[in-house]
Amino acid sequence: MTSLKEFTKGFVKENPVFVMALGLCPTLAVTTSVINAIGMGLAATFVLVFSNMFISLIKNLIPSKIRIPAFIVVIASFVTIVDMVMYAYLPAIHKSLGLFIPLIVVNCIILGRAEAFASKNNVFNSILDGLGMGLGFTLALVVIGSIREILGAGQLLGFNVLPETYKPMLIAILAPGAFIVMGLLMGLMNLKKKK
Amino acid sequence: MNDVYAVSAAPHIKQGTSVSSTMWQVVLALTPALLAGIFFFGIQSLLLTLYAIAAAITTEALIQKFRKVPITVSDGSAVVTGILIAFNINSSSPWWLPVTGAIFAIALGKQIFGGLGFNIFNPALLGRAFMMASWPTLMTAGWKFTAPMNNLFQSSINGLRNLPSNVPDVVTSATPLGVIKALRDTTQISSDMANTVMDNLTNMNTLQDFFWGNIGGVIGEVSAAALLIGAAYLAWKHIIEWRIPVSYIGTVFVLIYMFGGINGMFSASIMLPIFHILAGGLILGAFFMATDMVTSPVTKKGRLIFGMGCGIFTVVIRLIGGYPEGVSYSILLMNITVPLIDRYTIPKPFGQRKTAN
Repeated sequence: MTSLKEFTKGFVKENPVFVMALGLCPTLAVTTSVINAIGMGLAATFVLVFSNMFISLIKNLIPSKIRIPAFIVVIASFVTIVDMVMYAYLPAIHKSLGLFIPLIVVNCIILGRAEAFASKNNVFNSILDGLGMGLGFTLALVVIGSIREILGAGQLLGFNVLPETYKPMLIAILAPGAFIVMGLLMGLMNLKKKK
Repeated sequence: MNDVYAVSAAPHIKQGTSVSSTMWQVVLALTPALLAGIFFFGIQSLLLTLYAIAAAITTEALIQKFRKVPITVSDGSAVVTGILIAFNINSSSPWWLPVTGAIFAIALGKQIFGGLGFNIFNPALLGRAFMMASWPTLMTAGWKFTAPMNNLFQSSINGLRNLPSNVPDVVTSATPLGVIKALRDTTQISSDMANTVMDNLTNMNTLQDFFWGNIGGVIGEVSAAALLIGAAYLAWKHIIEWRIPVSYIGTVFVLIYMFGGINGMFSASIMLPIFHILAGGLILGAFFMATDMVTSPVTKKGRLIFGMGCGIFTVVIRLIGGYPEGVSYSILLMNITVPLIDRYTIPKPFGQRKTAN
């Protein structure tokens, strides 16, 4: 039962973006379209699951003074794998995400889960935590990305969803749109929590 | 020593003013400019303004109902925002442009901060910035012109197009400030042609047209005369105070005179700063937007600083920045600094000793 909780807490209750406000840089930067959001979210999820698993496995071998560099090495290894795999099989998404794939190394969700969870819990729970957090991150990105893509381009996943006469609201796919959409969603989450 | 009485604690003399009487007087003061807009651009201007007002009032009422706070749309502040939004668009805009602009201005510019009095930014300007970022072509293209100016600007643009071919085709929309901007951007190559166009734009006849409103542009800023009538009314009623508009326009005047010429420093004729004041949204911005009570400093010294800051940003954007016009962005930028300005310009209470430090 507790294991299930470790899995689901990342979706809403401890959502990395809307509740903990972690990983905001990729959240703001790549959510111009849903496909980018899915790509980024799944890449981060992959890294999160495997880095959590490995850090949990080797947590007793790492001296606590140098644990952060050790975490980074583990995380960077998986990011390199993701980077190369996406470059080989999903070159279009890889190109549009650009620098933000290598930057997953310094994504604070991943480092945060390693430090706060994986280095203190067993392997099974760490994997569930990583998967839940990663999917929560993906969910947040997809929600923001959908709103921005619909408003800013009149499309969803590249298909036109609004009538031809709709004049795209460019601000939604520009930087201010990212801040506004994210801020409003955070506000809605807080409003809901208050009630 | 006057500063002693600038920002004061109780007791105050009570006057019959209230938020709503102030706001309705601002509405009254904006009426001449609206009438000028209707006169020059037709009944469409009035319709667009009414759309914006209706959208602003509806949004405010709905959000206040949702927030379960008293509904205060009758205080007129939403009406003012609606009018100012419509003043920033051109008369051939589609109906939904002022509507979305007004919804954004009220919802995200005002109510989200807690309503009137709590907003950091001038809602109408935020609405304009939103429209400008979202639909740049609608906001800058398709401006209507009255006949004589149309010819002048067409010839100016054709003149610019005849410049050597390495000049990029920068003039896409024939606004006066756009032409001046293009002139500045092509100074390295141009010469006589640029000077001729510049003289054409800044001669007495042109400036008179600018003053009375015989030019193209958006609904609200077409006639400087109509705006000044409204501003004079507000000044007479003590709703706006001279410091912000005077320091704002004065700063623009001095800086344009110094740096505005196309042949180096102080090469501008005295007509150029006047051109810059009359063209674009400076009069509207300086008298009606920068003076917004909520988003401007309360201290006298602070107001001077605020106006000068707006002036500096406006000139920098007009002369160096990417847009031909920078009034709205300069006021928005200075809005952020208002709490800081107020903090550093608190007048000394009467009788306070200087502490040794």
